[in-house]
Amino acid sequence: MSSQLFLSGVSKSFDGFKAINNLSMVIEKGELRAVIGPNGAGKTTMMDIITGKTRPDEGEVYWNDAIDLTRLDEAATARLGVGRKFQKPTVIETLSVADNLNLALKADRGVFSTLTARTGRTQKTEINRLLALICLSDQRSRPAADLSHGQKQWLEIGMLLAQDPALLLVDEPAAGMTDAETMRTAELLRNIAGERSVVVVEHDMQFVAALGCKVTVLHQGHVLAEGSLDHVSANPEVVEVYLGR
Amino acid sequence: MLARLIDTRMAVFLAVLFVLTVAVPLGNLVIAGQPVPSYVVALLGKYLTYALLAVALDLVWGYCGILSLGHGAFFALGGYAMGMHLMREIGPRGVYGDPVLPDFMVFLNWKELPWFWLGFDSFWFAALMVMVVPGALAFVFGWFAFRSRVTGVYLSIITQAMTYALMLAFFRNEMGFGGNNGLTDFKDILGFDLQADTTRAGLFVAAAVALAAGLLLARYITTSKLGKVLVAIRDAESRTRFLGYRVEAFKLFVFVVSAMMAGVAGAIYTPLVGIINPGEFSPANSIEIVIWVALGGRGTLVGAAMGAIIVALSRTLLTSWFPELWLFALGGMFILVTLVLPQGILGAVEAGLRRVRRRPREAAA
Repeated sequence: MSSQLFLSGVSKSFDGFKAINNLSMVIEKGELRAVIGPNGAGKTTMMDIITGKTRPDEGEVYWNDAIDLTRLDEAATARLGVGRKFQKPTVIETLSVADNLNLALKADRGVFSTLTARTGRTQKTEINRLLALICLSDQRSRPAADLSHGQKQWLEIGMLLAQDPALLLVDEPAAGMTDAETMRTAELLRNIAGERSVVVVEHDMQFVAALGCKVTVLHQGHVLAEGSLDHVSANPEVVEVYLGR
Repeated sequence: MLARLIDTRMAVFLAVLFVLTVAVPLGNLVIAGQPVPSYVVALLGKYLTYALLAVALDLVWGYCGILSLGHGAFFALGGYAMGMHLMREIGPRGVYGDPVLPDFMVFLNWKELPWFWLGFDSFWFAALMVMVVPGALAFVFGWFAFRSRVTGVYLSIITQAMTYALMLAFFRNEMGFGGNNGLTDFKDILGFDLQADTTRAGLFVAAAVALAAGLLLARYITTSKLGKVLVAIRDAESRTRFLGYRVEAFKLFVFVVSAMMAGVAGAIYTPLVGIINPGEFSPANSIEIVIWVALGGRGTLVGAAMGAIIVALSRTLLTSWFPELWLFALGGMFILVTLVLPQGILGAVEAGLRRVRRRPREAAA
């Protein structure tokens, strides 16, 4: 089986500080994966490298075993099928909820085709479907700035899905959510996986347990342990890293 | 399509503009006693070119967050391109009577026309250059700036440096644009005498038509999906990148369109006022455009046009009444609007109207 994402021996340092140190990881197609680790473990830098925001100093990053992601910029990786959700919910505040989704919909991203683009029936149906999925149908015409924190998180996930990506990188989706919202988000992500690969970076152990998937523990820029949540929690090194802090 | 372009504020503004476009030439040319003096026609025409320039800046600043402090340069380049044509039109009627060379070149003892003056004897070539030259500068400048991801204050500073550098260059006689004095003493345009009232009225109408066209074009862009991408870039640039939009290409597009619009404004300005000189490149001019847009209402297009007209009108009135107070008044207006009317004059007026409209309904209920 071919992998969706393949990282091997990736390193990146900022002013001598090794944010990522000889990191290797494989994400299979359709896999749901949780990445946990203390602050400064390199989770965000890892996402920056995958999405082309940061170039690694060394190492390989391959998409579908074929395309070298280290040569692409953010827009190109996004077009390839990588969707990224930021830690702080980032939506376009002054645009309406529906417009936010419309901008994210899979379409030609060229300047002139965007200028002449029309929102046809297929697009409208798709927007309606997504609005229903993220429970924001009633808010469709309101500016995104009016949404609550949790709703913005959902809108951002909806925008990710609108891109129809093969891989979703989700940074702390449960931050600032109520327990009920957290559980619904976990369910949503479980449903998305299978069809698409999902990598979730998370601090909230309850949420990771609810995802019920393979867990990778990052520490000081490399993989400390990998396996089921029970397996990694039993690892004495993991316990030390987490409790030592 | 038309409904998409013309909302209430646009309809009101275009209606007022249309009435002016008919009434001003009528009052100047047809009605006995000339209730609209000729100098007023030229003055109002000049305001309209400023309004078009403000719309151009609002397109990049209000919608895409590119705070250009060098838009005066594009305006001046358009003005110079038209000025070069008007100089060639003078022909042998200049002071020195040289059939080809403009007076300042004869004065500098130049023997032949520099290569970059070739072609400007044709009006249509000049009309093309009015857009091509500012557009090309914006393209080259934007290509490097946006690709290197220069944003915010840093971008503003280099746009300011751009217009300053151009000003110093145009002040030099060797550049071949008339140095200090710029280009002036124009005689006619397309065969019409520039001193004639009918020509002036014609230029006024041209300014009005260009403003209306510029507003509609800007509105077409901002109401399209591309317009939403521009707003997305303004509000969350990296989000937009991760959605797969190549941000630098969108910025470049809107920057070039805006520069061309500014060039057209400058091209109509030059024959209306009869002179174009390097002072138009001065950084203070470009900063004033920003004040027009902020004052009228950023991101509203119509508000930007109104802001330009309001400031230009107050300048004309105040500089004749209390000449030494003008700069204080301009600064005061800017501070006042930023503090009291963050949405600009148009935003404040619309909020006021909404309140008035809501009140009778509440009373009825």
